[in-house]
Amino acid sequence: MPVEITASGIPLYALPALWPALPEIVIAIGVLALVLYGALRGERSTGDVHYAALALLALGFVLVVTSPAGTEVTFYGAFVADGFAKLMKSLALMASIVVLAMGKEHFEKAGIARFEYPILIVLATLGMMVMISANDLIALYLGVELQSLAAYVIASFHRDDARSTEAGLKYFVLGALASGMLLYGSSLVYGFTGTISFPEIAMALSDGASPGVIFGLVFIAAGLAFKVSAAPFHMWTPDVYQGAPTPVTAFFASAPKIAAMALAVRVFVGAFPTIVEDWRQIIVFIALVSMFLGAFAAIGQRDLKRLMAYSSIANVGFALVGLAAGTVEGVQGVIVYMAIYLFMTLGVFACILGMRRGGVALETIDDLAGVARTHPGFAFAIAMLMFSLAGIPPLAGFFAKYYVFLAAVEAGLVTLAVLGVVSSVIGAYYYLRIVKIVYFDEPKGAYEPAPFTLRVVITASTAFMLIFWLAPAPLVSAARSAANSLF
Amino acid sequence: MIGLVHYLTVAAILFALGVIGIFLNRRNVIVILMSIELMLLAVNINLVAFSSFLNDIVGQVFALFVLTVAAAEAAIGLAILVVFFRNRGTIAVEDVNTMKG
Repeated sequence: MPVEITASGIPLYALPALWPALPEIVIAIGVLALVLYGALRGERSTGDVHYAALALLALGFVLVVTSPAGTEVTFYGAFVADGFAKLMKSLALMASIVVLAMGKEHFEKAGIARFEYPILIVLATLGMMVMISANDLIALYLGVELQSLAAYVIASFHRDDARSTEAGLKYFVLGALASGMLLYGSSLVYGFTGTISFPEIAMALSDGASPGVIFGLVFIAAGLAFKVSAAPFHMWTPDVYQGAPTPVTAFFASAPKIAAMALAVRVFVGAFPTIVEDWRQIIVFIALVSMFLGAFAAIGQRDLKRLMAYSSIANVGFALVGLAAGTVEGVQGVIVYMAIYLFMTLGVFACILGMRRGGVALETIDDLAGVARTHPGFAFAIAMLMFSLAGIPPLAGFFAKYYVFLAAVEAGLVTLAVLGVVSSVIGAYYYLRIVKIVYFDEPKGAYEPAPFTLRVVITASTAFMLIFWLAPAPLVSAARSAANSLF
Repeated sequence: MIGLVHYLTVAAILFALGVIGIFLNRRNVIVILMSIELMLLAVNINLVAFSSFLNDIVGQVFALFVLTVAAAEAAIGLAILVVFFRNRGTIAVEDVNTMKG
């Protein structure tokens, strides 16, 4: 830290390098301008703010992708820009852009299109970028809160709808509880190591951890499990996913998951690499409970959004299997898993948003009955996405699971990998049941034609599922070099 | 002589009271907001006690950040509670139940 002491005895801090955080700074200034514009023009600005927010996120994406390679630490050690941050940020930004583009028609048809929605999405995305680049406990907390506070508001964005406001209330109460636990754990880790910086915590723990640190670590793990909606801290997920407006659910299931998983990787691998044995058992437990709870609880669900909530809990469990390995291969598996999960989940939610009959958005499994006869292309896309979620080769979802289980086996976690495969087989039941309903049940009538953006997203994600096995190398090697930047 | 352990014990008790307040309270959501505040303030006691004990200013800076964010969090929580009340006409915890499964 470049500190100069002036003649009066007051330390003079040099201005930190700003350019490693350039995408964040640009997005922060841009979103403040959008708030101002929206506040001045009122409801008439909704369309402008929507497109400006899309352009802002796209600009942030370009800045992240073109940022120089290598690791840069700035803001006195609070912020790190490395290969891992670059890849995870570009994934999170991509998810936010797709979700924002997909949701416009839904909000207009529901009569709740307001300029605050794109602004809150951008603010949540900014919080995610801070989470992904966090290199100390304060940056971690601020990133998590910036993302969560925006998320609480957009969950209850349909403010005249009892279910949407209830979703927001539940999300707020349980999310605040999670933040409290994360913070309590942070305070203990700070107190027993004497530092908040992740690399310095790792150094302080180089010869083992005191019980106080382990206690703090358990609280941090609980808080992070909450944010990625892993069992046994998942209880908010089904209600919030069901109650929130569908584009918001698509957002919760995609971008924040990437950011929270990246944060979990950074905390456990970055700050606690010397006590892998201590946190591995926590992660193994969380992963197992999530995989099995996700597989069993989804079986009885009729509501598609609720079903996707349990599906996302199971998927987070699979990704945590990679983290439990604690190796470069494990982190590579987590990145590949989250990237493929992102494409699958955005595709599925684009399909759900496309289900609309007589001006009403449809949300239950029974509304999919016999779609194969009225919309063969749509039915094919759903079938491929469901097969991919079930992990059937050669679709992309198979490779996602392959890399995490391979890493777990190489790290000696054979039992965990075997149980993971078992839960994946159980989970296949409800995915395949949807395919059966789509292809073999009696049709109930055609949907309204889907908007252009939804058709693009559905086509792109289905194509990704189908052709990933032809060229897995770009994603896998990018994940590899990103994972290497952490070790 | 009051030492670090005393402060940590007080903070742990307050934090536990906050968590218990969230889970055992059946009456009203405002009490939950108060419990959340209690948890965050318990964390602040921890941070300031450690900061003083370690002779390191970072803990107090952290506590200031926590205070600021807690204010924003309370504002958003109350705003969501107001729209919920407009829809349902109640803020009793047992009435937050339109979705089950």
